[in-house]
Amino acid sequence: MSVMDQETHVTPDGRTIGGVLMEMRNISLRFGGVKAITDISFDIREGEIRAIIGPNGAGKSSMLNVVSGFYIPQEGEVWYKGSVRPQMRPFEVARQGIARTFQNIALFEGMSVLDNVMTGRLNHMTTGLLSQAIWKGKAEQEEIENREVAEKIIDFLEIQHIRKTPVSRLPYGLKKRVELARALVAQPSLLLLDEPMAGMNVEEKEDMSRFILDVNDEFGTTIALIEHDMGVVMDLSDRVVVMDYGKKIGDGTPDEVRNNQAVIDAYLGVAHD
Amino acid sequence: MNGLMAGVLYALVALGFVLIFKASGIFNFSQGVMALFAALTLVGIMEGRVPFSHLINAVFGTSVHHFGWNVPAFAAILLTMVVMVGLAWLVNRYIFRHLVGQEPIILFMATIGLAYFLEGFGDIMWGSDIKKLDVGLPQGINSTIDEITYNLLGYGFFIDNLDLWATFVAILLVIALVLFAQYSKHGRAMRAVADDHQAALSVGINLNFIWVMVWSLAGFVALVAGIMWGTKSGVQFSLSLIALKALPVLMLGGFTSIPGAIVGGLIIGVGEKLFEFIVGPMVGGATENWFAYVLALIFLVFRPQGLFGEKIIERV
Repeated sequence: MSVMDQETHVTPDGRTIGGVLMEMRNISLRFGGVKAITDISFDIREGEIRAIIGPNGAGKSSMLNVVSGFYIPQEGEVWYKGSVRPQMRPFEVARQGIARTFQNIALFEGMSVLDNVMTGRLNHMTTGLLSQAIWKGKAEQEEIENREVAEKIIDFLEIQHIRKTPVSRLPYGLKKRVELARALVAQPSLLLLDEPMAGMNVEEKEDMSRFILDVNDEFGTTIALIEHDMGVVMDLSDRVVVMDYGKKIGDGTPDEVRNNQAVIDAYLGVAHD
Repeated sequence: MNGLMAGVLYALVALGFVLIFKASGIFNFSQGVMALFAALTLVGIMEGRVPFSHLINAVFGTSVHHFGWNVPAFAAILLTMVVMVGLAWLVNRYIFRHLVGQEPIILFMATIGLAYFLEGFGDIMWGSDIKKLDVGLPQGINSTIDEITYNLLGYGFFIDNLDLWATFVAILLVIALVLFAQYSKHGRAMRAVADDHQAALSVGINLNFIWVMVWSLAGFVALVAGIMWGTKSGVQFSLSLIALKALPVLMLGGFTSIPGAIVGGLIIGVGEKLFEFIVGPMVGGATENWFAYVLALIFLVFRPQGLFGEKIIERV
């Protein structure tokens, strides 16, 4: 990577893209004899929307699971905020400020929307069990602050009207939005979205795209997302990694990627040697 | 033993069931044995008994039984709690961590195994003789209630002080647990873990910590139940059988409801005594043995989720 690329720059629509926040170096992941990811390197820069695209089974979700600590790669290093990340369990990764959503929605179905969103604040609650019992004032203060953050995000994502509704009663599109809210209240340094638009109709997709852009714009949140809907990705992201059969076949701005022959082949289907 | 007391004790054991069931989806068959084990350990520590003394004596030909000191009740309770937390950690580390994601029936079988192990382990550790437990809880007839009711109704109610205490403690415990689950950081994390493991991980919850915490809580509830029951009728191995009576209590109250466990416990405890008293003579007595189960059966037919349980609706 050249020195030029490291510099902070401002996008045409006025957002600031900073230095490298996370870097994957030569990541390989195998499940027994199946190679899910082979020697992939890419970086995510502060403030950008980075997309990972590829056909089904390309290894996109595996990649995201490596970033969020759910999978541990056999080879390669994960660099985060300027240093190598030691092997970590998913909850430790989350505590480092990496929040995520899931392809198949992982919400607390039995809780209300507000409770779900509040769980996203758990790591911002410093008062322990005892102090919570003894210093009621401090715990209350903290609860109020956390509630404020939660309410702000709930307003932002326009889900005020369902705050008290149990999640299990919500339609799919809203559930996706609640999941995004829960990830956002953690005020993450890096937000990972696993197919945020999967299974949505056109209108819901447009809504979700708007929210992703707004989140990035308003809070400056760095976002890495996986999607296989090419059209959506090209409009949303600053840079795109393209994967196929566990390998990286393209990396660059949407325009660069769009004209990349390997990418065109992967999407239109060319016989693999 | 009167119905109220029995009811509170059933409720305390049922409470332990509900706690673990809500937080981990495990139906913990060993809850009753945990109460027994806690009571055994408490007596052992208080009286300064040497753990595994029978084993040690048999192997080495020695004759040690007591350390020769007595530990005050309060300190002994704290020490027992430490043992129960240690047990919780071991149970999680060596059993349930390896069974994550298994079918509920497999987890249930594991708890049955745990129950038998703990019963035998408690036997080896502390001996199987019936022990007296006295942590300084007041016992005997409450004369105030006796007098008041005598003046009001013309005949006195005989209520044991210990029963009042047990009821009071049970209510306190329930309030504390509900507050903890609803409003504390760890309580919220606990509910989150119960609901969805993956999602809990993604918001930064340490699953193992929560599981150990839940088993420790269940150990604490078991300790309270063990103290009450042990004070009333001595620490003996039949204590583990109250676990079975806790099952109909759960059917009645609902598997997922903490208040349900208490109400269910009281209904069964009082109900079986009343039934024995009123209907018993007509059918030749011994109704206490089956009353609870028949009641549970009736509930299963007409209201399977119990009085307070969440109704399970499945979308097709």
